[in-house]
Amino acid sequence: MVMTTPEELNVDLKATSVEETVSHLTQRFPGIVSADTREGYGGVIVAKDKLVDIARYVRDVLGFDYLSSATPVDYLGEGNHSTDHLEMVYHAYRTSGGKALVFKAQTDRESAEIPSLIHVWKGADFQEREAWDLYGIRFPGHPSLRRILMWDGFAGHPMRKDWKEAYYEEDHKPFTSRWPGGHVHRAEEKSIFGHNVRYPADIDLSRLTDVSESTLYSGFGMGVDVTRMVDHHGVETNELMVNMGPHHPSTHGVFRMMLRIDGETVLDLDPVMGYLHRNHEKIGERNTYLHNIPFTDRLDYISSMGNNHGYVLAVEQLLALGAKYNPPTYRAEVLRVLMVELTRIVNHLWAIGFWLNDLGAFFTPVLYFIQERERILDFFEAVAGSRMMCNYMRFGGVFADVPERIHSVTNLINDRMRDFDTMQFLTEMINERIPRTIDELDAYLTQSEIVRVRSEGVGIISREDAIGYSTAGPLLRGSGVAYDVRRADPYSIYPELDFDVAVETSGDMYARYMVRLREMRESVRILKQLLPRLEYTKGQPVNDNNMAYSGKVPVGESYGRVENGKGELGFYIVSAGEKKSTANPWRYHVRAPSFINLTPLGLMSRGSKVADVVSILGSIDIVLGETDR
Amino acid sequence: MLLTLRHFVESYVDDVRYGFKKFSPAVNNFEARQGTQATGVFTVQYPDEKLAVPERFRFVPFLVVEDYDHPERPGKDWCTSCGICAKVCPPQCIWIVRNEDPATGRPIPEPEAFFIDIDICMNCGFCAEFCPFDAIKMDHDYELASFDRTTNHIFDKPKLSKEMRYWKTIAPTRVVEEMKVRGSWEHKDAAKAARRGGATRDAAREAATAPAPKAEVEAKEAKREEVRARKAAAEAPAAAPAPAPKVEAAPAAASGGAKPWEESHDDREKRKQAALARKAARASKRDEQ
Repeated sequence: MVMTTPEELNVDLKATSVEETVSHLTQRFPGIVSADTREGYGGVIVAKDKLVDIARYVRDVLGFDYLSSATPVDYLGEGNHSTDHLEMVYHAYRTSGGKALVFKAQTDRESAEIPSLIHVWKGADFQEREAWDLYGIRFPGHPSLRRILMWDGFAGHPMRKDWKEAYYEEDHKPFTSRWPGGHVHRAEEKSIFGHNVRYPADIDLSRLTDVSESTLYSGFGMGVDVTRMVDHHGVETNELMVNMGPHHPSTHGVFRMMLRIDGETVLDLDPVMGYLHRNHEKIGERNTYLHNIPFTDRLDYISSMGNNHGYVLAVEQLLALGAKYNPPTYRAEVLRVLMVELTRIVNHLWAIGFWLNDLGAFFTPVLYFIQERERILDFFEAVAGSRMMCNYMRFGGVFADVPERIHSVTNLINDRMRDFDTMQFLTEMINERIPRTIDELDAYLTQSEIVRVRSEGVGIISREDAIGYSTAGPLLRGSGVAYDVRRADPYSIYPELDFDVAVETSGDMYARYMVRLREMRESVRILKQLLPRLEYTKGQPVNDNNMAYSGKVPVGESYGRVENGKGELGFYIVSAGEKKSTANPWRYHVRAPSFINLTPLGLMSRGSKVADVVSILGSIDIVLGETDR
Repeated sequence: MLLTLRHFVESYVDDVRYGFKKFSPAVNNFEARQGTQATGVFTVQYPDEKLAVPERFRFVPFLVVEDYDHPERPGKDWCTSCGICAKVCPPQCIWIVRNEDPATGRPIPEPEAFFIDIDICMNCGFCAEFCPFDAIKMDHDYELASFDRTTNHIFDKPKLSKEMRYWKTIAPTRVVEEMKVRGSWEHKDAAKAARRGGATRDAAREAATAPAPKAEVEAKEAKREEVRARKAAAEAPAAAPAPAPKVEAAPAAASGGAKPWEESHDDREKRKQAALARKAARASKRDEQ
């Protein structure tokens, strides 16, 4: 443990800027901490054997109490670095707001070991499991370092640069086979078996017996033959292991919860995910920067506009390092915020609606909310071209301005026409329909006896745990932490907009519901401020860039994050720059709020009833497209 | 309960009010029910009725060909097989075989074959957005489901080709916008050829495939013209004076430091120069090594 020196007590280290903190760290720990001087990089590099101590110091003395993201990078043959190595990159923030302290630990690719930070930040749990799963980095000190996204018998670590996927064509898109000699073939006509798929030794294909899941059940006990217990009435009971999911309607997709239950009471819960895993990040590293924008739509497919926004912000940070690039115009920023806030309303309506489903109010409330969502999606469709896969934002602006009229043309048989003035549609929607729906929702649910009895005092997570487990969004704010990226680390035009951060203190399901409800009202407040801005910026260009289809991005790293409906969505991007002369990101990582918010699910569910587990999961509000990536 | 009851009653009142006029073309009640003033919960009776999609709706691209009754170039591809759509396609579902003149080996600006694997297409619309010739556009026909995906889900050129007339029908306002950027209703190349003295694009192509020096000169000229057009297009929106912001809390007052939206032209220029200097420094450093 690193002790605090007397001088340090005189300075308020928790209030220093990030630059001061970096220089303080390098002076305080010479030989252990050094500034990261690589071109386009920031933060510090920490000697890995002292990582835990430094992390404690960063958390306790310097006040960076929130670990936002922990992710590896594989520098194999990357031109800007002298040696091949793996690197863990940590982004820590203060919950009081401000920029990130980035610290890194390096290890060679063969031994690949970095001490676990799980005892400093519990939120490192899933992220380190992911790093082990995808990069093969071991974390001594982690209590259960198992695979998390890939299946348990999977051979290899797919995010390593030398690992090649099935149907592998080339390292980078665009593939040369497409043009000019693009003689088409279907990918699946090329057999993959025998080349890319290797079965682990303990699977007997002829009998289809798979023992690889036994690691999953370790500590849980298999089947019914489990510990006999005697309850406090002296009745003998059985402890039972139950799998909920992956195909269970309560799991909002393909998600599995392993429950150890005693009667109806949950003793332990372990989430199992990865059923929808498609190695989004590997695809992202094959793609060019531009290619990735529509792929981000498919993460949290309820709020694709927000995903677009996070990604373009991350890339724009890199572009600002010196590419030929104009930052977004004011109108483009207004349009972005307009779309993102509408998305937030959609997301929260959806989240509350399906949470009500989980509580047993089957589909009546959610249909009322979906009715409102339809209007917003109609607007998205008219502006961006698609209802859910919006693909609207571009580097340095947006795809196109809002059209004059929301207008359709008959094309198919029995088509029904619509024709609205866009601004009128938007004004009526923002001033009348959405507030009306929120009021209705409020009147319908907030004082409902059933909702209150079912949700108050259930699924509690304390303030300290919410921060420690790196939760984000309504889950964090429901536990009394006023942390909203729009205010804590402002981006776009949020500094000039007038809105409050919704906070509740009780940390239960009801608090999360209330946070969502109030956040929708705040979103409406923002939208109302945007309407005049839309009027007076009319005619301004929405994208000042003549962005080439394969724009180059300067070398460096960036972490762009936005407050999405589900929480803090971050994109960590490393560009190898012109030296590699590709338009592809070297590293593309998604800090998915749905994924990290699941870390404390077991903690919140312990001691509650099985029926409540379903609604606790609903109150976290996950989307499996983002959880599994 | 009262809320549910209200929704229930409203839906039925709405149904009765519009139900009788459902098929009357005089009243577009459908629009009212889809708009912001609609009440009640109801659905569109697909497939008996369908919602017409907005202009920008995008679903699986098609290739624009000249109208089949065009006086000069009936049925000609607008595509020049430049390959930008194939490169910009995120899932890489576009395959193009470039056409080459067997005699000279030069590329002919019309694709020999063009395939789109619609199983892989993610309907992002990048191909249409980045096509410099307005030759590939996103379709509105979303009813593509079929019983066998292995035999008929790779669309070839005949299946992809649709007349320019069709694009004009499904996107009337966007066609005008594109025409303004192009400066003509005709294909870029055809219009250029026409400006050069009445020659059609065919004539221009014949000229281009003939002796080499002449073709090079023309190619250069074409490129220059393209750059000029692009510059004009870029300046057009910038010329419109941007009204000064006047809503509460002027951006500059609200936040210190240069935010992207308050950066002046000069600052931007300065940043650009600094970036160029950095770039030059990097290049010289690399050269030294």
